[in-house]
Parts: sequence; C-alpha cells; structure tokens
Amino acid sequence: MKDTPQTMPRQSWTFSNETNSEIRRAAQTGIYDIRGGGAKRRVPHFDDLLFLGASMSRYPLEGYREKCETGVTLGTRFAKKPIELKIPITIAGMSFGSLSGPAKEALGRGATMAGTSTTTGDGGMTEEERGHSEKLVYQYLPSRYGMNPDDLRRADAIEVVVGQGAKPGGGGMLLGQKITERVAGMRDLPVGIDQRSACRHPDWTGPDDLEIKILELREITNWEKPIYIKVGGARPYYDVALSVKAGADVIVLDGMQGGTAATQDVFIEHVGQPTLACIRPAVKALQDLGMHRKVQLVVSGGIRTGADVAKALALGADAVSIGTAALVALGDNDPKWEAEYQKLGSTTGAYDDWHEGRDPAGITTQDPELMARLDPVEAGRRLRNYLNVLTLECQTLARACGKSHVHNLEPEDLCALTMEAAAMAQVPLAGTDWYPGKPGF
Amino acid sequence: MTATATAATTDVQTLDMSEMELREVNAALQGAPTTNYTQFEIRNPRGSHAVAVGLDAEIEVTVKGSTGYYCAGMNKLATVHVEGSVGPGAAENMMSGTVIVEGDASQYAGATGHGGLLVIKGNASSRCGISMKGIDIVVHGNIGHMSAFMAQKGNLVVLGDAGDALGDSLYEARLFVRGAVKSLGADCIEKEMRPEHLEILKDLLEKAGADAKPEEFKRYGSARKLYNFNIDHADEY
Repeated sequence: MKDTPQTMPRQSWTFSNETNSEIRRAAQTGIYDIRGGGAKRRVPHFDDLLFLGASMSRYPLEGYREKCETGVTLGTRFAKKPIELKIPITIAGMSFGSLSGPAKEALGRGATMAGTSTTTGDGGMTEEERGHSEKLVYQYLPSRYGMNPDDLRRADAIEVVVGQGAKPGGGGMLLGQKITERVAGMRDLPVGIDQRSACRHPDWTGPDDLEIKILELREITNWEKPIYIKVGGARPYYDVALSVKAGADVIVLDGMQGGTAATQDVFIEHVGQPTLACIRPAVKALQDLGMHRKVQLVVSGGIRTGADVAKALALGADAVSIGTAALVALGDNDPKWEAEYQKLGSTTGAYDDWHEGRDPAGITTQDPELMARLDPVEAGRRLRNYLNVLTLECQTLARACGKSHVHNLEPEDLCALTMEAAAMAQVPLAGTDWYPGKPGF
Repeated sequence: MTATATAATTDVQTLDMSEMELREVNAALQGAPTTNYTQFEIRNPRGSHAVAVGLDAEIEVTVKGSTGYYCAGMNKLATVHVEGSVGPGAAENMMSGTVIVEGDASQYAGATGHGGLLVIKGNASSRCGISMKGIDIVVHGNIGHMSAFMAQKGNLVVLGDAGDALGDSLYEARLFVRGAVKSLGADCIEKEMRPEHLEILKDLLEKAGADAKPEEFKRYGSARKLYNFNIDHADEY
C-alpha cells in the first residue's frame, strides 16, 4: 500500500511561534513584556532610498582631493554660545543609571575625539560624563532627577525632552535592580525601588507654557545655552511648528526605531512613526515658518551607517543623533558574550533586557563586576572610530553627488525603492518621476 | 564673593520693571555676589514671568507686587519675599534659601524643589509640591488637587484643607494637613504622628510664622505598596 502524501505542517502567519511564545509568557506572568531598545519590526527606512550620484547633468567631487565639509553649528537662533560640531552626528541622551559610569565616560571620550557632543539622560549629570565630554547637552526631563542650576550652567546646551521615539507619550521605568546607592542618591529615591519617570513635565502644559519655561531656563543661564526641544515621532509637522513657537533653538526629532532604556514592548512597537516618515513633515514645518536652517533639526532613530546620515541630511536634517549604534560600537551585543546571552535566554543581536541590569557587556548595568568589563578608554576609541567611519561614508556619498558640504545634499539627490518610502520621503520611485501624493498627478 | 566685592551695604538697590527689562533685573540679582548690595527691591513686576530666577547668593529680594510663572525658580541661598501672589511654578526646583509669598500661589508651587523653604500665606492651587525632592513647603491656606504627586522627599505642611488625590504615588515625602483631605491618591495613607514628626512640624511652623499647633495635624505618607511593580496591585494605579 502506497503512503498517502502528507501536507507539510503549516505554521500560522498570524499565530507565529514568536507570537505564541509571548502569549505563553503573558499567561504565565500576568504582566506585559518590558525591554530596552527601539522598534524591531520592519518599517520603511533609509535602506529604501538610493542616491542617484553625479553623471552627465551633475558634477562630482574628487574623493581624495576635493574638500567636503561636515561641520555644523547648533543653536544659532537665540543662544549667545551656539555649539560648533566637527561632524553632523551627535550622541543621543542616555541616562547614568540605565548606563554604567564607565559607559558614560566612554561615550564622552569617543564623542570628544570625534568632535561632537554627548547628552545626559534621566538621572542627572555625572562627573564621568562632564569630565570627558567637551560638549555636553543636559537633558531637562519630566522627572527632574538630579536637576540643579549649577549643572544647567556648566552644560553646553539644554535639551527639553517632551518625548522620545520609542515611546511618544510614555514615561520611563528603571527597575530596582539598577537603583544602587549612587543612582538612588542622584535621584533622591530609596535604594532598590522601581523608579518611575513621569510622562509629562510637572510644571508646564503645552507650548504656551513651554515658551515661558524656556524663558526661565534662558534667564537662569544668561541666554548663553542653546535650548533644544526633543520630540518623539508622533505628529512631526505640528510638533516641530509648536517647538519653533515655544522658542527652540534646535529640534531633536526621534523616530520609532529610537531606543529606550526600558518600556513596554507594546509601546515600542505600536506607538509613533518611523524615522523616515517624520523628516519631510518636520522640514516642511520649518520651511513654512521660514525657519529651515535657522532652527536646526536633529534626526534620530535607527541611524546606523554613513548612508543613513547622508540620507537624513538630504531630506533636510542639519544633523543626526545616535544611541543604539553608539552602544553597539562600545561593545553592546558583541558575539564574544554569546554564551552569557544564551544563559539569559537571549542571543547576540537580540539582547534587549537592559533594564534588568545583567548586561554581559557591562554597559547597561550597575553591577560592579559587569561594569568592570568595559574599558572606557578602549570603548571610547571604538566609538571615535565608528563616528569617523560614519562621517567618511557620508562624505563619500556627498562628493558622489557633487556636494562640497554634506548640508548641500538635497531630496533631488535621492530616489526610492518602494512606494512606501517614496511617499514618506517624497522622492520619486526609482525609474519614475513620481511619488504618491505628488501634486499634478 | 569675588575679588571685586566690597563690604556689604545696607542700602537697598531698587529694580523698577517699568523701566528695566527682565534680563537687566535678573542679571543684577544674579550678579549680586560681585557687588556690595545684599538687599534688592523689585518694583512694578506686573505679573512678569521668571522674576528673580537662578539666584545664587545670600541676598534678600522683595518683590512689590504679583508675578507670573516661575518666580524665584531654582533659587539657591537667597530669600525672596513676594508682596503679592505668584503664578504657576513658584520656587520650582528650589535648591536652598527661602521664598515667602504673601498672597496665593497658582499651580505647581515648589515643584521638584530639592531644598529650602517655601511659605505661601494664602492658598496654593493644584499640584503644589509635585515631585518635590527635599524642599519644605508650608501653606497657610488650602491646597488644590493632586498636590504632592510623586513627591519624593521633604515636608509639605498645610494649615487648611487639601483637595483630591493628595500624595498620589508619593515616595518618602511627609505630608502634614490640619484640615480636611478630600481624598488620598494611590498608595498614600494616613500614618502615625510620632514625636520626631511633631518636632519637624513645630520647627517648620515657627519658621513659616504659622499660628498652629503640631498636634492639630495629621500625617500622610507612602504605603510603599507600589515601590516594586506587583501585578496584584495593578488596580491601584
């Protein structure tokens, strides 16, 4: 008797093994999944854009001879002392508490060697960071942990955080494992408790209030410091317009791929817009107000390569900011820790339980033994190298498009590989002169 | 004091906001350590925002009238006396020193304050002492809803009544209320008044010039049930 042919077992697309594992985890624990990082789902991104390059109608620059400038000045609108950066790539806000002291030091060392700025985070300014960052942006957050006028005055800029891409509309959570004596002291909290960071500022509501808050910050700092406003990728046109109205010198716009120290997975994956979708509305808001290049736009969320940098600038950003990529450059998710990631139920590249404080790479932890694994000098060099590579790659692409400054890149230099990317970036679908929503079609 | 400073004078420097810009007024106050002035009088504040902010010296400032937002914000060391009412965020993030308001205070008075003493002789609106981190606040009148929300450290003393959701999600701040409390927020409970609390209260009442006895107050604080997330307490959030 012949065997009856069997259909192969069919896995459900809707109920995938990963989905089912989350259902089982939820059923077992009764609590949502908390993790670090940004959106992991596939969303339209800079990979979906290509540069056209120079040809018959465009004149390229010689890669090894002709200059392509990369400097950027942030805070030219009102601040007496704008920030001059050698490269258009900054280090995003990440807190001491979430990160170890050596990790913050390494960020400062690497950024300073590369000629750019770092940014504090929820938890205040540490000496490691101030001491090793030539240019330091001090975040002004809803929690106001560690906030004080002395640190405001010794900062090089102030970033009022309204939201972040991983969780627009959400606050933060630092679990008790990471609230050591030092972290607790800086935050005026008991040791070992779960620390909640508020989702709204305690003493202002809306852009009219924020305008007055910024006036206060400027008065305290003698109008010297550039004031940034950081928003998550929610309603970029209006958020940027209102930030201008509130008096920002610089706007930091963080798309949904931007990371967080810890929040609910459902928040990270289901709230906010992809970085690619945010830039053109933001730039249009600045252009409509006559403020493009007067109020600088810094874009973050999923920047990995010099190509990402160049594409963000071509779409109208003045600079980009990196967080997750900077941590990877320091040593986060390095394959050399694979055995330890496996013990934690994860694997290289997927480790995101930063909030638990057991990071084998010694970066997202307050455990003294794990922290000691990160050499801040060596890690700082790695970050410096990585920033240099991003810059060189960005220059390479800009020269190929005939630009003597990376800020001269423009949407006309780009085409899109997908309809979605064409619509979001408002550049033509490759091989056409059309994008969805283009007037006249 | 810097090398350019000379002996302090008892003269009062007058800063008239009908003639001076805000920046000039604050610059004069912030630059006080380099002068021999220790007493200042601000005239015609006319509801201006950010008056007397970022002070960092043992000076005395009298504001002759009412102010707008963030009066005496981030104060250190200075004594600021407002002979009027104040808008939202008075003495926000104060580090040290004393701020006295003769009139009423709008929302967020003393928000996130790390130290010093804020005295409000009238009433304070909602969210008084929100996220306070070590400041002492004494309100002679009533306070509004959501006061001491997420309050971390310090003391809030209220001679009158408190509105809804007092002390919601608070940490280790101590709340003392003489009058009625409309409702307590999540994780806030009435606690035993021990001798050390009566001492704290006595001292603060004296400093604030308040005519009340410590024994007339009730103490409220954190039940500490929400300090570490527990799914069984989710309904309390």
